[in-house]
Amino acid sequence: MSLFSRFEAFELDVLKEVGNIGAGNAATALSRLLDKPVDMAVPKVSLLPFEEVAERVGGSEQIVIAVFLRVEGEAPGNMFFIIEEESAKRILRQLLSINAEEHEGYTEMELSALCEIGNILAGSYLSSLADFTHLSMAPSVPAVAVDMAGAILSYGLMQYGEMGDSALLIETTFLEDCQSLEGHFFLIPDPESFEKIFRALGVVSE
Amino acid sequence: MIQQNLVKVGMADLNIATDGAILKTTGLGSCVGLTLYDPVRKIAGMAHVMLPSSEIARETKMNLAKYADTAIPELLDRMIAAGAYIERMKAKMAGGAQMFAMSGHTDSLRIGPRNVESCTAMLLRFKIPILSQDTGGSFGRTIEFDSVSGTLSIRSVQFGTKEI
Repeated sequence: MSLFSRFEAFELDVLKEVGNIGAGNAATALSRLLDKPVDMAVPKVSLLPFEEVAERVGGSEQIVIAVFLRVEGEAPGNMFFIIEEESAKRILRQLLSINAEEHEGYTEMELSALCEIGNILAGSYLSSLADFTHLSMAPSVPAVAVDMAGAILSYGLMQYGEMGDSALLIETTFLEDCQSLEGHFFLIPDPESFEKIFRALGVVSE
Repeated sequence: MIQQNLVKVGMADLNIATDGAILKTTGLGSCVGLTLYDPVRKIAGMAHVMLPSSEIARETKMNLAKYADTAIPELLDRMIAAGAYIERMKAKMAGGAQMFAMSGHTDSLRIGPRNVESCTAMLLRFKIPILSQDTGGSFGRTIEFDSVSGTLSIRSVQFGTKEI
């Protein structure tokens, strides 16, 4: 855990700000898509044991819709946009007038729509991060899955598995006013990426 | 219904159960849930294996339960210490899925199948037969292993519950 032990409160603050900027843009994008105001909670930056990562979205067995993107470029990492079922159906109804609430599961069209929303949000998140840090970051083609949160999130933690039992998360929650539309953003930078992000932001570690 | 004693096994964790307790691990994706069982002494063990090999470990303090090649020997030691015999042990496993089909990525994202391969190889080395398995696919699983019957019950979102 030598990598994480030297994380100071200040460095965590920097990461929080990084998350803030990215999420701000993503919230704007979501708000435009839905044509409704979307609020965003102040991002949480935390170093969590694997077990607790899934707890953040309602437990390891909670069924969620997840859009996964691999971030490629100078500061690689994994990114998830995770929404709960209820929120997903609400988004579909508001955005595409698809009434997905009446049937179980999702059609290909519905999943594709959710995947594209995840893609747009992730793209706006990443491009603002890339602008701010002057690091090249590009998302891969998104993949979507409806499954248990634990099974999905563990996929993004593999690189951390080689280093320790915790992962660093930059997590943001969106809230659409009045109606609870909850979406979670998880950015899990690869362990090697931290140094680059810090350096790009003028935070010299050591 | 009588609530049986439930022993939770976390991610990259292992544990054993006796006296009718049930071992449970949730949200297996590419991880493999491996169970060992001594049917005579009714001693059950479960490991939630995350990665295939400890060779890549870069951590200073190693978690044995995380890697297939270290978790199985550790689980065997724990079960033998509890009174189980390796000659009688039978294995079952579930998990090792490929959660997302991504193009353009190779080895690191084939982690599920590699976990299964590595567990199979380790069991072969200890000459422990694999009675049944439910591995692969692209979906998550939650498993429960009953130390009385040696039944492994597997639950997934799409396919409901099945027992192997």
